[in-house]
Amino acid sequence: MFEALDQIFVTLKHQAVVFFPDAWQPLVSALISIAFIPLVFATLFAFVTVFERKGIGRIQNRYGPNRVGIPLTKIRLCGFGQFIPDGIKSLTKEDIVPRAADQAVHFLAPVVLLIPVLLAYAVLPMGRNMTAVDLDAGVLFFFAVGGAVELSVFMAGWSSHNKYSLLGAMRAIAQMISYEIPLILSAVTVIMIVGSLKTVDIVAAQNHYSFGLAHWFVFTPWGLAGFILFFIASLAESNRSPFDLPEAESEIVAGYYTEYSGFKFALFFLGEYLGMFAINGLGITLFLGGWTAPFSFLTWVPSYLWFFAKLMALVFTFIWIRATLPRLRMDQLMNFAWKFMLPLSLVNIVAAGVWHFLGAGWLRWVVCSALIFGSYAILGWGLMRNQKLGKRIYRFAD
Amino acid sequence: MSPAFLIIAIVTLFAAAAAMSLRNLVHCALSLVVALAGLAALYLQLDAQFVGFAQILVYVGAVAILIVFAVLLTRSDATPNQAILAPGWIAGIAVSAGVFATLGWAALNSPGLPKQMPPAPEATVKNIGDLLMTRYVLPLEVIGLLLTAALIGAVIIAMKEETPKSGGSRRESAPSEKLERTDPALRDCYEAKKGGGV
Amino acid sequence: MTPLQGCLLVSALLFAIGLAGAVTRRNAILALVGIELMLNAANLNFIAFWRYGPNPEALSGMMVVIFSIAIAAAEAAVGLALIIAIYRHYKTANLDEMKNLKG
Repeated sequence: MFEALDQIFVTLKHQAVVFFPDAWQPLVSALISIAFIPLVFATLFAFVTVFERKGIGRIQNRYGPNRVGIPLTKIRLCGFGQFIPDGIKSLTKEDIVPRAADQAVHFLAPVVLLIPVLLAYAVLPMGRNMTAVDLDAGVLFFFAVGGAVELSVFMAGWSSHNKYSLLGAMRAIAQMISYEIPLILSAVTVIMIVGSLKTVDIVAAQNHYSFGLAHWFVFTPWGLAGFILFFIASLAESNRSPFDLPEAESEIVAGYYTEYSGFKFALFFLGEYLGMFAINGLGITLFLGGWTAPFSFLTWVPSYLWFFAKLMALVFTFIWIRATLPRLRMDQLMNFAWKFMLPLSLVNIVAAGVWHFLGAGWLRWVVCSALIFGSYAILGWGLMRNQKLGKRIYRFAD
Repeated sequence: MSPAFLIIAIVTLFAAAAAMSLRNLVHCALSLVVALAGLAALYLQLDAQFVGFAQILVYVGAVAILIVFAVLLTRSDATPNQAILAPGWIAGIAVSAGVFATLGWAALNSPGLPKQMPPAPEATVKNIGDLLMTRYVLPLEVIGLLLTAALIGAVIIAMKEETPKSGGSRRESAPSEKLERTDPALRDCYEAKKGGGV
Repeated sequence: MTPLQGCLLVSALLFAIGLAGAVTRRNAILALVGIELMLNAANLNFIAFWRYGPNPEALSGMMVVIFSIAIAAAEAAVGLALIIAIYRHYKTANLDEMKNLKG
């Protein structure tokens, strides 16, 4: 019975597809898989915006939005209907474009943001047999379309013809490029161990259990280090706190989307959150076992429920970090990426190789943990040693 | 030729022509991105999946952004109001037309070209990885060295040089700073240091 | 016209466009863009011949293109660094004004 529940979406799709003539069936099947993605993730986006505001509010000891239910009815939702008036507001606000702005590029920037982000969902396995497209080079495809997002940031910043926008865009691009390297390098460790770039294979490699606990990669030393590096890098890639200097409201107004209002701003907002979900989805696939259950006695729960539960847990962690940590300055951000995360991800790759070649046993646990923890300690000590915390030194502009 | 191939090819060629003929350099860079993405789509049409994705990752994600940064750093992002074509541009166009004519004639009239498409090869990432580690391991290592050399070289070439002139100007101090430095009440609050520091 | 000839014509036209741009435009960066287009046209040629050639199982065309993409990225980086360094000296990126060999 639980297998049927697990595969319910797949069977529904098959039953819908057989209504069409044979020649059209692959097309219809692909269209149904594709339609699923914006529907589900846009709804999730609507829920998460309210969840974030309430979550940040509660962490900061205040209420978030807590009054809006479904409008024109008496259904009270404790504020979770907030996305409806937000959506209406963004649709009906006047779309102001500066006169000196480059009209075509200004118009295209939100579109160029959304399309690669939506494309990235195609390779995420959201349940057993529930990947939209099982590409042979799935993870490479994900990172390739992730790189296209930087172009949209530049287009938004440059076309607004505004110093703050351009500054924010340059900072955002520099940040995204710098953090792409630890992101990809920490994903490379998983790819090395699994031996395949297919996301379905990566989840299948984590799908066995020993002593009731799943073989998720996060439970190995290199996997834990890789997951933490991937998590921090994905915070930076989605421009979330503490890496949100490019869009910091108190520093450069709204950064590269200062000059966007109305629906285009809503598209940027949507693109940013969808990007956050996509990169969390990849983190779940690579390190947290995708749609597999953590304990072997819980495998009866449908696989898509596990995927979305893990996704919500990671999104909640993002929100928690945003509400807690102060913003990093640009030079601190760049130092962190190049001097700390990049060497650690290289050491992580070496540790994963050592893990693979030492064979099963307790020795590889000890060696890999020592390698990773040792290099972390040495790097941390070395980098903190140069910081002189003493009397303030002023440098004047001569 | 399938209609998909024709459409992608036409879009790529238009974007490439736009990249070379628009006035504003940033528009040229953005049309170049469209041309490169079109080429990646052509590679995907020809069953070269890995190369297509690598093309997007490297060219669109990195080289295009590099070009855009260079345009901004050399202050060429405003629409130029002088001539955009070098003198003697007619000769350039004539030469490239001649090159295209020669290549096109060779492509159309060459007798040895294969006529049918052989079955799709198994260009999986695993096979590429196997080849890279066995037959092509020397080019792989050389590429690693080349990329390291290019990285270090590019950083050194583009780095700002320390000219001796900048050291002399530091010795004069601003009037406001003089006041603050001589005020005894403020002496304990901070220690003003010139130039050096973080 | 076979599909292979179609691919070759597209690649030849792309090469010619890149050559025309690299030779006729005044800005140094656009010369580099033209060179990148020429490299890409050659890559397309390699992939077309690999796919339609006698032995696609050997993946040799694909390998050449992978290395070519890496080399093109390195060359773009160094070329643009050179242009930035020259701009710092001449205060312009206009190729017609970079006439002196001595700085």
